[in-house]
Amino acid sequence: MMPPINWPVIYPELAICITAFIVLIVDLFLPGRHKWVLSLISIFGVLVALQIVFMNFGLKGDTKAFFGMVVSDATGLYFKTIFCIGTLLAIFVSITYQRREFPEVGEFYTLMLLSTFGMMIMASALDLITIFLGLEMMSIPLYVLAGIYRGRYRSREAALKYFLLGAFASGFLLYGIALIYGAFGTTNITRIVELIADGKPYSPFFVGVGSVLVLIGLAFKAGVVPFHMWIPDVYEGAPAPVTAFMSAGPKAAAIVAILRIFVITTPVIDLTWVFWVLAVVTMTWGNILAINQNNIKRMLAYSSIAHVGYLLVAITVGGEEGVSSAAFYLLVYTIMNIGAFAIVVLFAEREEFYENISDYAGFGSRFPFAAITMTIFMASLGGIPGTAGFVGKFMIFSGAINHGFYWLAVIGVLNSLVSIYYYLRVVVAMYMRQPQTRLVDIAISPSLMIAIIITLLLVIQIGIFPDNWLSLAKQAASLAF
Amino acid sequence: MLLSIFIDVVKVIVVFAGFMIMIAYTTWFERRMVAFIQSRLGPNRVGPAGLLQPIADAFKLLFKEPFLPEKSNKVLFSLAPMIAFIPPILAVAVVPIGDTITIAGRKVELLISDLNIGILYVFALGSIGVYGLVLAGWSSNSKYSLLGGLRSSAQMISYEIGLGLSVVGLLMIAQTFSIAEIVRQQSGSVLNWYFFKQPVAFFLFFICAMAESNRLPFDLPEAESELVAGYHTEYPGMRFALFFLGEYAHMITVSMVTASLFFGGWSGPFLPPIVWFLIKVVAFLFIYVWVRGTLPRFRYDQLMRFGWLVIFPLTLVNILVTGLVMVL
Amino acid sequence: MANVIFYILAVIALTSALMVVTRKNAVTSAVYLIVTMCAIAGLFVQLGAVFIAALQIIIYAGAIMVLFLFVIMLLNLRKDEFGFDTRVFQRLFAGLLGIVLLVQLIMVVSRLPVVAGQPVDTEMGRVAPLATKFFTQYLYPFEIISVLLLAAIIGAVVIAKKKMGK
Repeated sequence: MMPPINWPVIYPELAICITAFIVLIVDLFLPGRHKWVLSLISIFGVLVALQIVFMNFGLKGDTKAFFGMVVSDATGLYFKTIFCIGTLLAIFVSITYQRREFPEVGEFYTLMLLSTFGMMIMASALDLITIFLGLEMMSIPLYVLAGIYRGRYRSREAALKYFLLGAFASGFLLYGIALIYGAFGTTNITRIVELIADGKPYSPFFVGVGSVLVLIGLAFKAGVVPFHMWIPDVYEGAPAPVTAFMSAGPKAAAIVAILRIFVITTPVIDLTWVFWVLAVVTMTWGNILAINQNNIKRMLAYSSIAHVGYLLVAITVGGEEGVSSAAFYLLVYTIMNIGAFAIVVLFAEREEFYENISDYAGFGSRFPFAAITMTIFMASLGGIPGTAGFVGKFMIFSGAINHGFYWLAVIGVLNSLVSIYYYLRVVVAMYMRQPQTRLVDIAISPSLMIAIIITLLLVIQIGIFPDNWLSLAKQAASLAF
Repeated sequence: MLLSIFIDVVKVIVVFAGFMIMIAYTTWFERRMVAFIQSRLGPNRVGPAGLLQPIADAFKLLFKEPFLPEKSNKVLFSLAPMIAFIPPILAVAVVPIGDTITIAGRKVELLISDLNIGILYVFALGSIGVYGLVLAGWSSNSKYSLLGGLRSSAQMISYEIGLGLSVVGLLMIAQTFSIAEIVRQQSGSVLNWYFFKQPVAFFLFFICAMAESNRLPFDLPEAESELVAGYHTEYPGMRFALFFLGEYAHMITVSMVTASLFFGGWSGPFLPPIVWFLIKVVAFLFIYVWVRGTLPRFRYDQLMRFGWLVIFPLTLVNILVTGLVMVL
Repeated sequence: MANVIFYILAVIALTSALMVVTRKNAVTSAVYLIVTMCAIAGLFVQLGAVFIAALQIIIYAGAIMVLFLFVIMLLNLRKDEFGFDTRVFQRLFAGLLGIVLLVQLIMVVSRLPVVAGQPVDTEMGRVAPLATKFFTQYLYPFEIISVLLLAAIIGAVVIAKKKMGK
C-alpha cells in the first residue's frame, strides 16, 4: 500500500492553496463593499506560508516527498521566500486599485494566490511533469488576471495574446519533456541524473532536442529574447498591480526551473554557449528597445527583459557562484521592480490612463516623497552604487569575471550603462520638465504606502548592508551542490 | 474457434432482432399507455388491440418520398439519422440478458461482450449519439432545426456530467466497470440490489439518462410548441423514422442499463433470468411513458439550472458520502 | 489480422486528419476531427489500453467536440465558409514549419530505441494498474491537476461573468 507521506515538505504550498480556497469561499458571502476583507485574509495566508518556509529551512531528515516528486531544499525554500514577498507586496499594491476598478471581483486574490501556488510547485519540483504542472498552475491565473479589467480593450488584448503564446510555449515544454522521457524512460530529474551516473546509454539526440525545447518553454515564461514578444503588450495592457505581480514572481519561477534542470543537476549536455548567446541578445535587445519607450509600463517591460539578460549571465556562469548570484538578483529585482510599479500605480490613481513618462513632468516638486522614491527605484534598477540593484549586478558580473567570461561581463556592464539612460529619463521628466496641465492631488492609500515604504527600505538596506541577504543566497546555492 | 464465432454471430443476431422488435412495440406501448393516461383509446384498429400498428407505420414511412432540402448539407443530412440510431443499439452489447448457461458442455455467456470498461463503453456511445441531433440540426439549414441542435448539444454536455458522476458511487462499491460483473454481484437477494445501497445515485442516473434520451420533460431539442419539431423538422420518411426509432432505442438501452446497474438485471427467483430481465426493462419503459404522460416540459433556463445547480452538486455529494461510508 | 486492423485505423485517422485541415467548411472539418479521434481510440484498443480508448471517446470525441460544434454553429449562422487567410507569406511559413516538424518526426522515429514486434504491456491499459499509479507514484501531480482545473474554472467564470468593470 501507500507509504506515509512526508507532509511538512509541502506545508508552504498547502498554506497558500488553502488560503486561496478560503478567500474563494468567503468571497461568496461578502457584499461588494467589504471585499477588502479578502485582501487581509490573503495577506495573512501569505505571511503564514512565509513563516512555514522559514521553519522548513530547519527541516530535518528526508526532505523529499511523494516518491521524489517534490523536495524541500534550500534553493526551493529561498525561492519560495521570494514568491511570498512578491505576492505580499503585489497584494498591498493591488488593494486600492482593485477596490476602485473592479470592486466586485473578489476572485482577484484567489487567482493571485493560486498563481503563487504554481510558482512554489515549480520551485521545489524534482520531476519534469511537476514542473510543467506548476508552470500551468502559475500561468492560467495570470492569463485571467491580465484580462481582468474587461472594460479596457488593451487588457483583453493582453490576456488573449498572453494566453495564445503561453499555450504555444507550454506545447514546446511538453514536447521537450516527451523527448526526454523517450530517452530515459522517466521524467524524474534525480532519477535521470542517477541513470547518467550509472552509465546507462541514452540517445544524445533525444536529450539534446528535448532539453532545447524545455528551455524554449521556460525561456518564454521568463521573457528571454527571442521569446519575449508578448512581454511589452501584456505588461502594458494588464492592470498595473497585475503587471507588478507578474513581472516578479513568474520570472523567478521560470528561472528557478531553468536553474534546477540545466545548472544544479549535472547538465546532460553543455548548453553554456547557448546561454551565453541568449544572455547577450536578451540584455542588449531589451535595453535598446527600452530607450525609445514613452509608456512607463512598456519601458519597465523592456527593462524587465534586460534584467532577465543579466540573470542569464549568472546562469551562463553556473556553479555555486552563478546560482547564488542569480538567486540574490531575483530577490533584489522582485523588490525594486514591484516598488517601481507601486509608484506607477500611485500616479495612475489620479487618472485612468496616466502612464506616459512625459506625464510625470513636474512631479518632483508636486509630490516630493513619491518622486524621490521613484528616483531611488530607478537608480536601483539601473544599478547605481548604494542601492540593492548595484549589489545584485556586482555579484553577477564579478562571478562572470571569476569564471573567465570577460566579454560577457563587459557587455553586461555596457548594457547597464545604456539602461541608466532610460531610467534617468523618468527622473529628468519628474524634476526638470514643466507639467502641461495643472496637477491634482493624489489620494494616498495606506496599503500602497506600506508597499512603497517596505520596498524602499529594503532597497536601501540591501544596498548598504547586503551581507545577511547575500549569505542567505549563498546558502541556498551551496546546499544545492 | 469456428464454433465460438458461430455462437457470437447467433448472439448478435438474436439480440439485434429482439431489440428491433422491442423498439417497434415500444412505440405501440407508448401510444396505448399515453392514450389511457389521457382517457383515450390509442391505436387499436390494425390487428388485435392494434398490435400490427408498428408494421403499418413502418410501411407508411418506407413509401414516403425521401427528399433532401435544397440548401441543406446533403452528406451530413443523410448521415445524421444513422448517427442518432446506431449508438444506442451498439450499447446493448455489454448488457447481460441472463446468467452464463451451458449448451452441450460449452459455457455461453448471455451477453455479446463482457468488456471490462462496460459502463464507460455505454457512456462513450451515448456521447457519440449526440452528434446525430447536432448535425441534423445544422445540416438542415433551417432556423428551428439549428436551435434544436444547439439546445441538444448544450443539454447533452450538461447532463452527461451528471450521468457519468452519478454512477461513480456505485462503481466505488462494485470495484468494476463490467456490467455483467455488477449484475452478478447483485444476484441472490433483493437486498443485494445496488438500488438500496445507492438510492440517490439511481434517481440522479435515471433523470440524467432521461435527459440524454431527449424524452419529456427534457425534450427541448424537439419541443413542438416552440421549434415545430426541432432538429428533425426537415426530415421526411424513413430518415425521420430513424430519429424516432433512435429515441426509442435509447429509452430501451437506458432501461436495460438501469435495470442492470441498480436492480439486479436478470437476477430473480423462480422465473427464468431473461423473463426477470424483461419485466424490469418493461417496468422502466412504463415509467418513461408515465413521466411523459404526466409532466410538462421544462423551460430552457430551468433545464440548465437544474442540471448544473441541482444534479451536479448532488452527484458530488453522493460520491463524497459514499467515500466516507466506505472509509469509516 | 491485428496488422490489417491497425492499417485500416491508421489510414482512417490520417485521411480524416488531412480532411480536417483541407475542408473549407468548419463543421465538416469538425466532423472529420471526430472521426480521427474515434480512429485513434481504436488504436488505443489495439494497444490494450481500453480504458484510455473509452476516455478518448467520451472526453475528446464526445464532450470537447460537441463544444467545438456548438461554438462553430453559433458563430457561423449565416455563412458556413471560413475566412481563410490566403497571404502567401503565411502559407510559406506554415509549409516551412510543417516540413521542419516532419523532418523532426522522421528523425525521432528512425532513432526510436523500441524494436518492432515487441509485445505490448496490455496490463497498463486496465483501470486498476492505472489508478494505482495515479494514487501512489503520481499522487502529487494528480492532486495538482485537480487544483489546476479548479483555477481554470475560476478563471473562465471570472472572464465570462456579467456586470464587471466600469
